[in-house]
Amino acid sequence: MSGAGKSTLVRCINLLEKPTSGSVFIDGQDISKITEKELRTVRYSVGMIFQQFNLLMQRTAEKNILFPLEIAGVDKETAKKRTAELLELVGLPDKAKAYPSQLSGGQKQRIAIARALANNPKILLCDEATSALDPSTTNSILKLLKEINHKLGITIVIITHEMSVVEQICSHVAIIDKSQIAEDGEVEEIFRNPKTEIAKKMIFSEGDQGPVVMGKNTYRIVFDEKSSSDSVMAKMILETKCLVNILHADMKNIDGFAFGQMVIQLPEDELSAARAINYLRSHQITVEEVGSHVG
Amino acid sequence: MWDSSMTALIVQGTFETLYMTLASTLLAYLIGLPMGVLLVTSDSEGIVPMRLLNQVLNIVVNITRSIPFLILLIAVIPLTRLITGTTIGSTATIVPLVIAAAPFIARLVESSIKEVDYGIIEASLSMGASPMQVVTKVMIPEAKPSLIIGAAIATTTILGYSAMAGIVGGGGLGDIAIRFGYYRYETGMMVITVVLLVLIVQLFQEVGMKIAQKQDRRK
Repeated sequence: MSGAGKSTLVRCINLLEKPTSGSVFIDGQDISKITEKELRTVRYSVGMIFQQFNLLMQRTAEKNILFPLEIAGVDKETAKKRTAELLELVGLPDKAKAYPSQLSGGQKQRIAIARALANNPKILLCDEATSALDPSTTNSILKLLKEINHKLGITIVIITHEMSVVEQICSHVAIIDKSQIAEDGEVEEIFRNPKTEIAKKMIFSEGDQGPVVMGKNTYRIVFDEKSSSDSVMAKMILETKCLVNILHADMKNIDGFAFGQMVIQLPEDELSAARAINYLRSHQITVEEVGSHVG
Repeated sequence: MWDSSMTALIVQGTFETLYMTLASTLLAYLIGLPMGVLLVTSDSEGIVPMRLLNQVLNIVVNITRSIPFLILLIAVIPLTRLITGTTIGSTATIVPLVIAAAPFIARLVESSIKEVDYGIIEASLSMGASPMQVVTKVMIPEAKPSLIIGAAIATTTILGYSAMAGIVGGGGLGDIAIRFGYYRYETGMMVITVVLLVLIVQLFQEVGMKIAQKQDRRK
């Protein structure tokens, strides 16, 4: 995963990294073919936040947010009003006069987000924006990003190696492996039914206790928002009288929907195994046989 | 041997030394600061890579820095006469001082600016900052504490050079030390000028450090 090209890819979107071949389109405009000056104007409308926050250390929080407005030549009065608004949006109006060194990691990232939003961008790029933060701070930053996405309608591109981040706030995901997009699509779809090896590895190893050794007749079954609320498993066992060995179960909350998967072992007896599988499939549940281990 | 004319001489010498040092530092910064900035920005890893300019700057800086000041002082005498109309006195000394100090300052500025985290520069580029905006709004303000410390070092170094100019009648405390202390064996005079030079260096260094510390928001 490390060195797969995630950061390089996101940095190509605003041309911090010049692609050696190919084009980058933003709103139908090929930005790899425009002049430096035009590119700078495009960059006003593409905000970016970083793992290391990259705030100006010699400027207060407020002046940091003011910075992109100064660059874009926004008049002072408007810029000041906008800065106050943004401090409010990220929940730090009392930190206006603080220097970055006086802020915590989460607060620094909030200021960085405010700064990235100053010029009303259409796109917000996040390069490992939560990787330097602890889990609870990560959650609060993700919540803020989600809020921004919903409230302001800004497209957010998130680069991360943590599948939990994708799960929490993304609607679409592309998995990159060895400089290639291995798989992409809607998060729900990919989590439910990952096709490539790398995607399976990423999704199923999340929070695992290492590889689970499994015997024959092992199946992975996936629930979506409808099926998980009914006690399908219990009903199946009662109706088919099939003995099921549950090896692994995991529930996740993706974009408000409960989503879960379970790894079960069915009896050697092929007939009852088939009965169980048919029962599950008839209830719109994905069932697939898995190899000797998962993870 | 001690009389009021001696005191007047020392006071005048002190003022000449301060005048040479501060005027030279200021003028040398006018040349050295842009040179230092260009050394960073034109580097192959810089924000506006310009290979030829970078190489020329590096060669000029290295050559000037490797000439001993005493030699430079004498070598530029024709230029000094051309600019100031004279070759003795403190105003004349400013010419070789600036020539010697500018490349030294360029290196100090270069190293200060290189201390700025590249991530911050990249962030400002991502916001659409032009190279000029990166220099004036990011590089120089972010490197401020380090630049001030560099300025204190530059000032004290120039002060040392200015004392050396006494050998060709450059004026100032160094001139007095050479004329009275060295040529006439007046040890008392020598000691006084040296003590004064030490005190001035201390003062510049301390003031520089204090300002730098106060300006530093990184901690």
